[in-house]
Amino acid sequence: MRYAETGFNLEIDLSSGNIEKIETDPKLTELHLGGLGTSVKIHWDRVPPEVKAFDPENLLIFSSALLVGTPAYSCNRTIVSCVSPQTDLLCYPMMGGFWSAELKYAGYDKVILRNKSPKPVYIWINNDKVEIRDAAHLKGKGAVETQELIREELNEPKAQVAAIGLAGENRCFTASIEQSRSSASRGGAGAVMGDKGVKAIAVRGTKDVYLARGAEFMEHMKEVKAYIKFRNENPLKDVMTILAGIGSPQEMLHTDEKWHVESFAWGNARERRKNFWTKEIEESWIRSQLSAVKRLISCFNCPQQCGALINFGDTQRYMMKCFSKLTYGMAAYVDNLDFSWKICQRAFEYGVDSFSTPQILAFAVELYEAGILTDKDFAGCPSDKEGRFFWLLDRLVRREGIGDILADGTYWAARKIGKGAEKYDHNTIKKHEQMNIKLGMMDPLYYLMFSTNEKISITQIEGNWPQVPFATKEAREDFVKDWPQLPDEKFKQYLLNWEPRGEYANPYYPTPEIASEIVDWMEALHNIDDALGFCAGMASFCLKPPYHLHNYPKLVSAATGMDLDENGLRKIAGRSRNLHRAFNNRRGMTRADEKPPEDHWKHRFPEIEENLLTTYYKFKGWSYDGIPTKEKLQELDLGYVAEDLEKRGILKDGQN
Amino acid sequence: MAKIKKKIKTIRVDADKCNGCRACEIICSAFHAEPKYSSVNPARSRIQVITHRLRDIWVPVFAGEYAEAECLGRNKYVIEEKEYDECTFCRASCPSRNLFKEPDSGLPLKCDMCEDEPPQEEPLCVQACLNDVLIYEEREEDVEEEVRPEDLETGLKLLVDKYGPQKLTDTLIRIAQKG
Ligand code: SF4
Ligand code: SF4
Ligand code: SF4
Repeated sequence: MRYAETGFNLEIDLSSGNIEKIETDPKLTELHLGGLGTSVKIHWDRVPPEVKAFDPENLLIFSSALLVGTPAYSCNRTIVSCVSPQTDLLCYPMMGGFWSAELKYAGYDKVILRNKSPKPVYIWINNDKVEIRDAAHLKGKGAVETQELIREELNEPKAQVAAIGLAGENRCFTASIEQSRSSASRGGAGAVMGDKGVKAIAVRGTKDVYLARGAEFMEHMKEVKAYIKFRNENPLKDVMTILAGIGSPQEMLHTDEKWHVESFAWGNARERRKNFWTKEIEESWIRSQLSAVKRLISCFNCPQQCGALINFGDTQRYMMKCFSKLTYGMAAYVDNLDFSWKICQRAFEYGVDSFSTPQILAFAVELYEAGILTDKDFAGCPSDKEGRFFWLLDRLVRREGIGDILADGTYWAARKIGKGAEKYDHNTIKKHEQMNIKLGMMDPLYYLMFSTNEKISITQIEGNWPQVPFATKEAREDFVKDWPQLPDEKFKQYLLNWEPRGEYANPYYPTPEIASEIVDWMEALHNIDDALGFCAGMASFCLKPPYHLHNYPKLVSAATGMDLDENGLRKIAGRSRNLHRAFNNRRGMTRADEKPPEDHWKHRFPEIEENLLTTYYKFKGWSYDGIPTKEKLQELDLGYVAEDLEKRGILKDGQN
Repeated sequence: MAKIKKKIKTIRVDADKCNGCRACEIICSAFHAEPKYSSVNPARSRIQVITHRLRDIWVPVFAGEYAEAECLGRNKYVIEEKEYDECTFCRASCPSRNLFKEPDSGLPLKCDMCEDEPPQEEPLCVQACLNDVLIYEEREEDVEEEVRPEDLETGLKLLVDKYGPQKLTDTLIRIAQKG
C-alpha cells in the first residue's frame, strides 16, 4: 500500500491517444518526495536539452504533490511543468484551487502529457475512466467559461477543471492555465498546453488517500491549527499590513494599498508615485473594491480567503486573487480601480499571466510614445489609457498585427522590433518579466534570489526573512523573541545586527556568507513546499508561517511512514534543487544569465555583487560558472547527473 | 408512549461565512475511516459543500436519512436573487443523486454527529472549520420514546431491496467462510 501518494501516474500520448496508468517507483518518493521534486526527475530523464517548448517531445506535467489530499491545511498546489517557450528553461507555474486534491482522489499523482493532439481535445479523468474528448466546440471560449461548460456537459458539478483560454490556444508566451479561483501563470505553460491541442483537463475522484500513521498526523495538525488561529488573531507588529498576516497576500480583503501603489513602479516598471495615495483615491478605491468583491473564498482545505468572487457592474463574474488587482491599473497608469475589475475579467477569460502581460502592454505603449512603434502598428487603437490597454490585450491574445510580436513577451518582442526597442526590455531576468519594483540600495539577499533561483520570479522566492530591517533595536528584539521557524538560533543574531543604515545595512550586510545561509534556507523551504504541495502563503512565502523545517519532517513521516528528519528533508530539497539546476545548465544556463535587471537598484556595487555570487555558488557547491560540482552531485546521490554534465562538457575536469 | 429526556445536538450553519474550503468534508471522511484517520476521501464525507462558485453558492449540507425512493415533486429555491439547484437543501441519501453514498458500495451515509467513545469535544467538522461557519449547540428536550432501526439494519435492508434476501444471505455466508 502507498501512503500519502497514490503511486500512479497517468501517461497520455496525445498523438496516438494512448492512455496508460503507470505505477511509480517508491524509491523516487524517498529521493524526491513528490510534486515538483519528482516532476523535475521525469523532465531530467526524458527531456533532452535539444527539445524546445513547442516540440512534441516537450513533456507537460500536471502534478499533485505528496501531502495534497491529506488533512494538512492549505496543502493543495498543482505544479505544472514544462520547457518554457519564453525562457527555454524549465518553468513550473503553480496553482492553488481544487484540482490537485481531486486528482489524488481519482487515484493519480501526476498527469504526464506528451506529443500533440491532431485536433482540439479535453481530457476527462473520472477515477479509473479516462477519456480524450473532442473540444472543437470549446475553441476560442474563455478559460473561466470553459470550466463551467465542461462541468455542465459532463453533468458533474464536482469535477474540477483546469483550462486555457484564447491566449493558450494561440501559444502566447504569457498564457496561463486557469482553474476555479487560481491560475498557473508564470512561464507560459498555457502556451505549451495550447500547442499540444489540450483545451482543458477535468477531473473527478472518489477514492481514498491513505495515511500511514493517521492519528499521529492529526496530533501534529492540532499544533498547526492552534498556530494558524494564533497568527490570525495576532498579526505581526512593525511590518506592513500585507506582511503581518498569514496566507497569500490578502489583496481581496485589504483595501489599504498605500504601500503597493507608492513603493512599486508604474507603467513599464518605471516610476514610483510617492504621493499617489490621497484621501480621495483611498475613498474611491475602497468604494470600488467593496462593490466588486462579492465574497472572499479559499483554496482546497485552507482556512484563509485570499481569493474573491468578483461581480463588478455588468462584467461577467469571475474569481480573482492576489496582485492582479493592481498590475494592470499600475501598468496602464489608470488611477481608477474600476478599470482593474474590468480588464482582469477579460484577461482571466483569455488566460494570461497578470504579472508579465500588463508589463508587455506598457512596454508597447512606451515604444509607441518613443516613436519605435508607429501609428501603423497602432491603427485602430483608442487614445485613452484604458481603451489602449484593452485594445492591446485583444491584439496580443489574438496574435493580430503588432500583437503577434508582443505575444512573445518583452524580451523576444524587443529583439524582433529592434530600432532600439531592446533598451525598453529593462525588467526581465532570463527573458522573463519581473515584479514591477525599482529600488535604491542593492540588497544582498534579493540580489541572490533574483539572480539564482530556478523559479525566475522573485515574488515567490522570498518569505521567511523580513524584507527590510526593523527601524529600532526594540522592534528587532521583539521580532526574534518568538521565532520558532528558524533553522538555527544564530539567525536571530543576524537579524538583531541588521540595521537600516550604516555598515550593518545594505549593501554590506548581510555579508555574503550570512546572505548565503539565509537565502539557502528560504530557497530550501520553497523546494519543500513545492514537493509537498503546500501553499507558499502558509509556509515559505510568509513571515512566521504555520509550516516550517521543524514540523514538516513530522508531518511527512506520519503521512508516509518514511521517518524523515530535518537533515533528511533538507538533503532532499538540495537534491531536487541541484537536479533542477543541472537541467537548466544542460540547456545552456550559466553564470552570465544570473543577474537582476540593471536598473533594479539605483545604487549598484559590482564588486560586492561579484563576491556575493561567488560566495553563494561556493556555499551551494557550484562551480564558478554556477554548475553543481561533481562532488556536490555525488553527495546528493546524483552521480548520474555529474556523468551526463561531464559527457556534455558542461562540467569540466578539475572543477572540483 | 413514555417521555424521555433527549439531548438535541445542533450544528448551526452560517453559510454566508463559508469560504468553500471543504476542510469539513476532509476531516469527516478521515474521522470515519477504519481505523480512524487512516484515509481521506471527501466523497465519503457526511457533510458535503454544495458549490457553484460563479453563482455565489456555498452550502454545507449534512447527510440525513436514507430515502428508498426519490420525492414525487422537487423544490427549487431562490433566495436573495440566487437560484439554488433542485434538492440543494435536502439531507437525504436518495436514488436521485450521488450525494451521501459510499462511493464503491453505494451504501447510504448519515451524519452521526461524530459519536465516539470517549465523546469528542465537538463534532469534527465543527472543529476543522476555522471560519466559524459551523457552530455546535446542545440542549435537552422531552421527547416521546421511539424505536429506530440501527444503521446496520438500514444498510442491510437496502441491500435486501437491491439484491434480494437469498443472494444477500449467500454472499454473507461466503464472506464469513472466507474468514
Ligand atoms: S493561503 Fe490563500 S492562496 Fe494559499 S491556499 Fe489558502 S486560500 Fe489559497
Ligand atoms: S458532525 Fe461528524 S459525522 Fe456529521 S458531518 Fe460533521 S464530521 Fe461528519
Ligand atoms: S470547513 Fe467551514 S468554511 Fe470550509 S467548506 Fe466547510 S463549512 Fe465552509
